[in-house]
Amino acid sequence: MDIKKQPLALNIQHLSFSYHNQNVLEDINMQIPKGSFLGLVGPNGSGKSTLVKCLLGLLSPNAGSVQLFGVDVKKFNRWSDIGFVSQKANSFNSGFPATVFEVVSMGLYGKIGLFRFLKKKHKQQVREAIEQVGMEDYIDDNIGQLSGGQQQRVFIARALVSNPSLLILDEPTVGVDAKSVKNFYTMLKKLNDEQGITLILVTHDIGAMSEYVTDVACLNKCLHFHGNTNTFEENKEEMMTAMYGHEVNLLEHNHDHDHHHHHHDHDDQDGVRREEG
Amino acid sequence: MMDLLQQLTFLERGILAGLIIGFICPVVGAFLLVRRMTIISEGLSHITLTGIAAGVFMSQSTAFLGFINPLYTGLIFSLVGSLLVEKLRQIYKHFQELAIPIILSSGIGLSAIIISLSSSSYTEWYNYLFGSIVTVSLNDLLFILITGIVAMLLIAAFYKELLSISFDQEFASTSGISVKKMNFLFAVLIALVISMSMKVIGILLVGAMVTLPVAASMQFAKSFRQVVVGGILFGETAIIGGIMLSYFFNIATGGMVVVTGVVLMIVAVLIKQLKTNINPS
Ligand SMILES: Nc1ncnc2c1ncn2[C@@H]1O[C@H](COP(=O)(O)OP(=O)(O)OP(=O)(O)O)[C@@H](O)[C@H]1O
Ligand SMILES: [Mg+2]
Repeated sequence: MDIKKQPLALNIQHLSFSYHNQNVLEDINMQIPKGSFLGLVGPNGSGKSTLVKCLLGLLSPNAGSVQLFGVDVKKFNRWSDIGFVSQKANSFNSGFPATVFEVVSMGLYGKIGLFRFLKKKHKQQVREAIEQVGMEDYIDDNIGQLSGGQQQRVFIARALVSNPSLLILDEPTVGVDAKSVKNFYTMLKKLNDEQGITLILVTHDIGAMSEYVTDVACLNKCLHFHGNTNTFEENKEEMMTAMYGHEVNLLEHNHDHDHHHHHHDHDDQDGVRREEG
Repeated sequence: MMDLLQQLTFLERGILAGLIIGFICPVVGAFLLVRRMTIISEGLSHITLTGIAAGVFMSQSTAFLGFINPLYTGLIFSLVGSLLVEKLRQIYKHFQELAIPIILSSGIGLSAIIISLSSSSYTEWYNYLFGSIVTVSLNDLLFILITGIVAMLLIAAFYKELLSISFDQEFASTSGISVKKMNFLFAVLIALVISMSMKVIGILLVGAMVTLPVAASMQFAKSFRQVVVGGILFGETAIIGGIMLSYFFNIATGGMVVVTGVVLMIVAVLIKQLKTNINPS
């Protein structure tokens, strides 16, 4: 179990980022070995999405560096190895005339060269990804006419379709119903166990998450904790207090460990409203 | 090929030019539609007018520039204008539509100055403003053919990439598509389309050819592909119908094409409404 010796999927060194002059991330150092399944948690506004965007080269950090599979993100070009579901994925123009099939195909566009269109093989891959998230009955439907949770599944399929070896998901299950969330986590765990895909999952669903992830990172401007799930569980209360303060509802549900899921689902639902408010 | 083109009658030249425009305008229009940028065609057509005016003026005032076809100077201005719009859109990130009135009014202002300096007839300007099929010269047809081929090659090469960034810029960028390059390329594409449509449709009416066909096909389309294909069908119908009508009644081509397009769009909307009323699901 000496994962420290394994090659790194991500190497983040002394990363700092600020919007205008508001510091959002300060001196983040993280080494994420290939094959790990990392849960990234932290309160609203703690910089999780910002960190994710820095990892993907969507934002350039003020200081420090990011390496993806040993290559600096600025020079990285094997983008089909990376899958991404943005927190804002379903803030697209809902009148956009595109079918589920077309949207999921977009996950392959970087892989297929110029002048080329989808071949049989690619179309098959698209269909498989759509089946994987259980949206096969909607394949020719307009994306804007699906429910929020259904759209989210389509975006997950779009991230999966290129068979990435690193999958970064920023609150992918917001708006997805309880049963599907569980199936989704199980699917992620399977991808991680069987295909060795490295996963980074940003979530507020701390209770449910810890059953699936191998590692946990707690972020609030600085990195408060990064270690395996067992260590996290042992120091959980301390961590939570440091990050969220004392009187946060989130804590109450998480005190009793292996409890019913719908409690956590409540958390999730509340989280949704907070996001959109 | 030159020989072949030379043998065409003026009407055949006009129809060929029209068919090319009727194909490309809706395709680019579909991308503009989903990016909520259709209004850009208005701004660019006016800056193209400035270019055309400059071309006309130069060919009048300097003998050795007499060979210049104003369409080429129009294209150059259109390209510069398009890149300026892109730049302005980056500067005013949250108010991107601001770029259009800036470019549009600059275009009209400059055109007014140059036109007042030159000594062309009213008819010549009228033709540029409202389009005319009988004035499509061999030289013009060549211009339309070449810009048309370039535009089609660009679309064929970057269809996927353009669709992906139109839908979700962030995701496109993480799938390895360079958003910057694509936006530049798209700016070039719009400039090509606007300047090539000038002669047949006219500056004031180019926007219609870019928007009406896709506005009609939007009524029925579920996928982006259907918007494009439907747009081409509506576009070609408007062009052929408009040219026929303008020829038989001797009315400005651009006007007739646009009116045909508007009628098609209204019919499309009505059919859609009827369908939803009869079959409310
Ligand atoms: N585009 C932006 N411009 C300026 N400031 C921003 C921008 N996006 C985020 N911020 C600021 O950066 C901080 C971190 O935001 P970020 O979105 O990374 O948080 P987060 O951890 O993802 O939160 P959440 O759990 O709500 O998704 C916040 O304080 C926010 O105000
Ligand atoms: Mg976030």
